Amino acid sequence: MIRTHVLVCTGTGCTSSGSLATRDALLAELKKHGLDNEIEIVETGCMGRCDLGPVSLVHPDGTFYKNVLAAEVPKLVEEHFLKGRPYKKLLPEDPTTHNAVLTQADFTFFNRQLRIVRDNCGVIDPENIEEYIARDGYLALGKVLTEMKPEQVITEIKASSLRGRGGAGFPTGKKWEIMRKASDFPKYVVCNADEGDPGAFMNRSVLEGDPHSVIEGMAIGAYAMGASRGFVYIRAEYGLAVKRLHIAIEQAYKYGFLGKQLFGTNFDFDVEVRIGAGAFVCGEETALMRSVEGRRGQPQPRPPFPAQRGLWGKPTNINNVETWATIRPIMLKGAKWFASIGTEKTKGTKVFCLAGKINNTGVAELPYGTTLREMIFEVGGGIPNGKKFKAVQTGGPSGGVIPEQHIDEPIDYESLQKLGSIMGSGGLVVMDEDSCMVDVARFFLEFCCDESCGKCPPCRVGTRQMLNILDRISKGEGEPDDIGKLQDLAAMVKDTSLCGLGQTAPNPVLTTLRYFRQEYEAHIHDKRCPAQVCRDLLSFTINQEKCVGCSVCARSCPVNTIFKVKGQKKYFIVEEDCIHCGACLDTCKFDSIIKASEGPSHTAPPKPEFEPIPGRKMAVTR
Amino acid sequence: MNLDELKKLKEKAQRQVALREGNKKYRVVFSMGTSGIAAGAREIMTTMLDEIDKRGIENVEVAVTGEIGLVDAEPVIRIEERSGEKVTYAKVNADAARKIVSEHLQKGKVVDGLAVGKVKQKEAERLK
Repeated sequence: MIRTHVLVCTGTGCTSSGSLATRDALLAELKKHGLDNEIEIVETGCMGRCDLGPVSLVHPDGTFYKNVLAAEVPKLVEEHFLKGRPYKKLLPEDPTTHNAVLTQADFTFFNRQLRIVRDNCGVIDPENIEEYIARDGYLALGKVLTEMKPEQVITEIKASSLRGRGGAGFPTGKKWEIMRKASDFPKYVVCNADEGDPGAFMNRSVLEGDPHSVIEGMAIGAYAMGASRGFVYIRAEYGLAVKRLHIAIEQAYKYGFLGKQLFGTNFDFDVEVRIGAGAFVCGEETALMRSVEGRRGQPQPRPPFPAQRGLWGKPTNINNVETWATIRPIMLKGAKWFASIGTEKTKGTKVFCLAGKINNTGVAELPYGTTLREMIFEVGGGIPNGKKFKAVQTGGPSGGVIPEQHIDEPIDYESLQKLGSIMGSGGLVVMDEDSCMVDVARFFLEFCCDESCGKCPPCRVGTRQMLNILDRISKGEGEPDDIGKLQDLAAMVKDTSLCGLGQTAPNPVLTTLRYFRQEYEAHIHDKRCPAQVCRDLLSFTINQEKCVGCSVCARSCPVNTIFKVKGQKKYFIVEEDCIHCGACLDTCKFDSIIKASEGPSHTAPPKPEFEPIPGRKMAVTR
Repeated sequence: MNLDELKKLKEKAQRQVALREGNKKYRVVFSMGTSGIAAGAREIMTTMLDEIDKRGIENVEVAVTGEIGLVDAEPVIRIEERSGEKVTYAKVNADAARKIVSEHLQKGKVVDGLAVGKVKQKEAERLK
């Protein structure tokens, strides 16, 4: 009899931190102790805490282990599986209480969540269709095909008030209805898995952890809309998700959930995978369709909308991975149940990715209406190293920053839009007091500028010009009218770009200007970076009283600009040659390097006489 | 595949993952400290797992724990019911293990001659 299941996460995150080696070590170690007949290892998808990887969950105890490296396995097997006591070294710590957390259920990060889309992720083996079936897999499809008319399915989806999870939040039921009414055939359904926002990986985690839920959702949608062919458009970088999707599709065909005459009805449905080359713009639906057709991924003006003229000129419905994965629970538990979760205008749950300066990095699913504060300080466990929260970027490079005074706002499409940001894919990048808002805006704008497809000038030229201005500002070369110029350009790019990429690209700049204008002004007028991030505006000096003369900084300096003071055990930084890399600050053990951004009021301390450093050439003798 | 076939397949497949749902009626806990292992708790556990398997009993999960404290009475097994009732068996040998499976886990009858202590639900709550 199998008494214990050891779930080992083999999602992309944990695999890259070594979970496959852990799995092999576990297999060998259990065999060595003769436990292989009573303990089974199950490979699952992402559990949501990639930063603690490789992670593992032991059932029936519910013990959650972090950093289960192969080297720890012998001790873990001895402690937990032979002697029956938790291996304390690998228990995670709750960042708020600093106590070791014994079970997954005790972990704030997990027990605050409401999992609908990710219900199976990290629970089942995604490469085994029977585990999916055990959790009501394909039951919704079976019921829909045998008991419901397509119109009834659409009515149900409309009643659930489901909105598209890709970012814009368009009502899914309405979208399906328009598509249903299109009279041209054949029709197509497409799953948009071209997830490209920096710091967002919710779609990947669903596809890796529960690929069948997406396929089932697509089949239900195809039946409702009268399509018989579907495509999953996924980026090539998601190698594991592509692999598991292929396995899932193959198994679904074998078990008769895809193919001809499903569940004894006249409904046929085929799914194919299309792999994108990783252009951000291909997440835009018209560009995506061109890429599926095998052409260059560039957006087209709308209308005509895809529901009228989509793939190969035929009606096409495109939904995000998360939207498709939400269809199944709605059909199983009913629209009423779904509509009881969330806010007045936005129902259900959303998968968020927590990244940046936050204790609990990872994937978390919560109902809409959860406030940013709950998200960051309860689920996310707050800011590391006792730093102060400054802002949170929602919606990736197309979104905007939200400052502290607004973090009690509930998260939904409308309230984020009101604050100048967007919901987007659900990425949350948290920033602490050490983040410079000009730098943040520059980073995200640079991303959009790089990813602009170049078709329309506002996006191609406009984002570049904005980036040039931001570059200047962060170098201390900003001019007084730069803020005005940025605002004009931003409005122009926003209003005149062809697709969503350009229309949203100025958001990070606009929101940082709205909430942190004083930081821009400090850069432009005082030539000072208040958060001490922009390199060109920094100065590094050595506190002569604290310096013990150990020479570590001088040896770490890549431009050899730290010298020993003649006749003293002290070192000195010559500012003219300093590149402000901060290597000295990182290596000094005596806290004697002073990093500052004081602007023009700063005058370099007078230079003492130096001693040559043995074995090293003096860069300049002054 | 039709809907009935799917439902049958689901029932079969559920057994594979039932362990992860955590709602079994009985939880059998083995004292697996040094004294337990020395007294042969591991062998008793293997016997018991085989017996549960042979009889096809599904409403049971088996776990191990550290030293329970009854060193001279090892091997010790505690059977916890979801209702809160707990029964402790001491000096369990292979025959006793099989009997516990067939009587207690299958039929729900406490094997009186072997049980050393029994905590009823109400008492358990009081003790908390």
